[in-house]
Amino acid sequence: MSAYIPVIGLEIHAELLTKSKVFCTCSAEFGGDKNTRCCPVCSGMPGTLPIINQTAVEYAVKAGFALGCDINKFSTFDRKNYFYPDLPKAYQISQLYLPLCINGLVPIEYEVDGEKKTKNIRINRIHLEEDAGKLIHDDLNGVSLADYNRCGIPLIEIVTEPDIGSADEAKAFVEKISLLLQYAGVCDCKMEQGSLRCDVNISIMKPTDTELGTRAEIKNLNSIKAIGRAIDFEIYRQGKLLDMGKRVVQETRRFDDNRGETKSMRSKEDAHDYRYFPEPDILQVNFTDEDLDAIRAKLPEMPYKRLERYLADGLSETDAKIIVNQKILSDFFDTAVKAYSNPKSVCNFLIGEMMRRINLGEVALDNLPFTAEQFAKLVEMADTDKVSKNDAKSVFRTMCEKGGDPEEIAKAAGLLITNDTGKVLEVIEEVLAANEKAVAQYTGGDQKVFGFLMGQCTKALKGVCTPKVIKEELEKKLKSL
Amino acid sequence: MDITALKIRDMRAALDKKEVSAAELADAYLTRINEIDGSLESYITVTAEEAKAAAAKAQTIIDKGEAKPLTGIPLAVKDNICTDGVKTTCSSKILENFVPPYDATVMEKLNAEGIVMLGKVSMDEFAMGGSTQTSAFKKTKNPYDLGRVPGGSSGGSAAAVSASLCAAALGSDTGGSIRQPAAFCGVTGMKPTYGRVSRYGLVAFASSLDQIGPIAKDAHDCAVILNAISGYDYHDGTSAKLDVPDFTAKIGQDIKGMKIAMPKEFYADGIDDDVRNAVTEAAKWYEKQGAVIVDCSMPSLKYAVAAYYLIASAEASSNLSRYDGIKYGHRSEVGDSYSDLVCNSRSEGFGDEVKRRILLGNYALSSGYYDAYYGKAMALKQKIREEYAEIFKGCDVILTPTAPTVAYGVNENISDPAKMYQADICTVTVNIASLPAISTTCGYDKDGMPIGMSIIGKHWDEATVIQAADAYEKQFERIPAKI
Repeated sequence: MSAYIPVIGLEIHAELLTKSKVFCTCSAEFGGDKNTRCCPVCSGMPGTLPIINQTAVEYAVKAGFALGCDINKFSTFDRKNYFYPDLPKAYQISQLYLPLCINGLVPIEYEVDGEKKTKNIRINRIHLEEDAGKLIHDDLNGVSLADYNRCGIPLIEIVTEPDIGSADEAKAFVEKISLLLQYAGVCDCKMEQGSLRCDVNISIMKPTDTELGTRAEIKNLNSIKAIGRAIDFEIYRQGKLLDMGKRVVQETRRFDDNRGETKSMRSKEDAHDYRYFPEPDILQVNFTDEDLDAIRAKLPEMPYKRLERYLADGLSETDAKIIVNQKILSDFFDTAVKAYSNPKSVCNFLIGEMMRRINLGEVALDNLPFTAEQFAKLVEMADTDKVSKNDAKSVFRTMCEKGGDPEEIAKAAGLLITNDTGKVLEVIEEVLAANEKAVAQYTGGDQKVFGFLMGQCTKALKGVCTPKVIKEELEKKLKSL
Repeated sequence: MDITALKIRDMRAALDKKEVSAAELADAYLTRINEIDGSLESYITVTAEEAKAAAAKAQTIIDKGEAKPLTGIPLAVKDNICTDGVKTTCSSKILENFVPPYDATVMEKLNAEGIVMLGKVSMDEFAMGGSTQTSAFKKTKNPYDLGRVPGGSSGGSAAAVSASLCAAALGSDTGGSIRQPAAFCGVTGMKPTYGRVSRYGLVAFASSLDQIGPIAKDAHDCAVILNAISGYDYHDGTSAKLDVPDFTAKIGQDIKGMKIAMPKEFYADGIDDDVRNAVTEAAKWYEKQGAVIVDCSMPSLKYAVAAYYLIASAEASSNLSRYDGIKYGHRSEVGDSYSDLVCNSRSEGFGDEVKRRILLGNYALSSGYYDAYYGKAMALKQKIREEYAEIFKGCDVILTPTAPTVAYGVNENISDPAKMYQADICTVTVNIASLPAISTTCGYDKDGMPIGMSIIGKHWDEATVIQAADAYEKQFERIPAKI
């Protein structure tokens, strides 16, 4: 097989986190009993009309800002016509001619064989549209049922230029988009629930070719892994065809996750003619500079800003990136630091202990049994010698297992350091009494036995006192002998 | 005098003075419908029980002295306006049993006024046609001659008003569907400025052109109804956020000095002599009253019908796609696959004229043809709007015939769609330009068939249009249909 250059463009659909749907007031929440979150408008009853949800427009513009886009001050909606039972109006309200956002740029970082690489991926456009319903096929009874709850959920479609050259780049890009949208607060990007979906357009060409190859479109990939696998398979499939002197057919394909292969869905001849035309029921969207400034001002802190902040707080670049690259982790970290303002210390415990347990699968980041404040308290206790560094780890294990307040856990386990001098002196007396020989050696000038005596005391005073205090008291006592 | 022949404001006085009760009034109409509508065929659904209940409710409001202008007034509603719990068929087999779960905004407004709805009246299927003969259910006749069409698409509304089977009716106008049947049936019909009345609940034909409006015995009655149904509606993003003036405000004001434009293309060869003469005579009357007749031209008129049919059919092809047999409406028993189901349901459910326009619209929007057809039509739309703007720089209203002919025989014209479409020449530009216009009777031909003239106004200036029409009506002696 000769070497081909893959040329890849992505279309990413992201559901917006608005409370209500894009063209009616129904709830836009995920799930719900079948057909309970729909009304005459979103279920396409005769005579109904769409009303544009301004929050959805705002979220789409926020996404545009997050992805470095220009915002069209004058934007319109269009109808995309096709028949499908999950689309009750038989047209989708979308934007073809004048989308809300255009000309974006998203930098990505990825690794090839351990080597770090960066690249800029251009965004062609982001437009706002409505989602369709869901079909439930009951093969047993030979019926198909329609659930319209998802009809009218606001979606943005992010369309890239064909700037992506490999599965690794595509995966890094989708991860980056997911991160940016989450930071912008416009999408939860749960691919497994379908709130982020990806179509891949891919063709291959020889380095000497001047024209792009024929592309295939792979529809509805619902995990980062599937995106990578589908692209790799498609590069292999198209390359094999060309090697055999055959041609790649322009078509729509779907990815079979079990077999790791793409399969033809429909050829170009069967492709829909969507008969787009301007949506007459919705007036154009106009923005003034002030409108756009107001939306930009509402954009939360984006990842690169947060990275800057963490570096300024003294975190290492590696650590800072680990934290920033998961919004939920970063939010947890920020909350913890708010409760205990020692970012480096919180970071060390977070990366060292918490991430270790998360990677082991003992706890899940999106379902932690303890709060960020409780986590911060534990770090602070370790830093202020209320619990030994080692014991802090064991307290944390309990927090991961059962949750709860670290101080109470430490107390119950007898790990809480109180520095009770009465108790310390008592223990020292006991240890010295039980080790007369060693004491004699020490007073005889053999300082080496101090370590032994210190060890005995520490063992008996575990969780009560810091070694520092024990050492002071022990030295004092021995000198007085 | 027969109370069913009264105008709304006379009816209002009679109700308020307790000369007649709301129930008696409703009964008088229901009785008349029973007697006459068998041959006229204007009503698809008569809601007798609901009407009686509404009349009783209206009476309590009247008795409390809290009556509004339309409280207790019996009205008919075109069957493409959604009525909660009452069948809304659009005169199509595909919606034969469709009962909307909601009221159109105009119905909410009228119900809040305490109207008595007598029933739903026939129309051309999905408002596509100018004869009401494309209705799948009631092919309404003209009250002046049962051998002729009532016009359309709001033919049921116009015929029912003309035959006194309701005090007034709601119609809808996409390319003349209120004005032309009003002209054919010798009554008055008003198409408001696009955006004046909410379209929410009007089953869409061509969304950028559709507008609901009244058909009544005269312009004054039209104004009374327009007062009740106008205004911004949250549910219709294309309804205008404008204060609604009192549309009766200018009634009775002197029309002296009013500038009336007569674009010469509207009086050209395609217009019957009887029609041209009657409208020209009306212009002379206006001139005698001190109005100023302004000569002007609309060069693009010759392209207007083509532009209209491309735009309207393109939008219709999309609007009517939802009738796929899946969620409501007719579903075919034939076919195993989804595409068979959709294809057969639509083939069985739609009539020929609707199919013709869906085909036309889909063709115009197809890739490769879009620019040549839809694109050109949109450019013409812009041109026509500009020409209207130019004409209105020199006048207050424009006077045109409403239709090139009087009502024709029920079996005429049906085999030649292009000829039928051309008959819309006088009305379609008003929709393309989003303007308000009224049609009122200005004469009768030798067979006694009514001739309509249209008065077109500037955007949002319905009041002047009504003023001009009312002035003419006050001196013009109508000959009621003898039915």
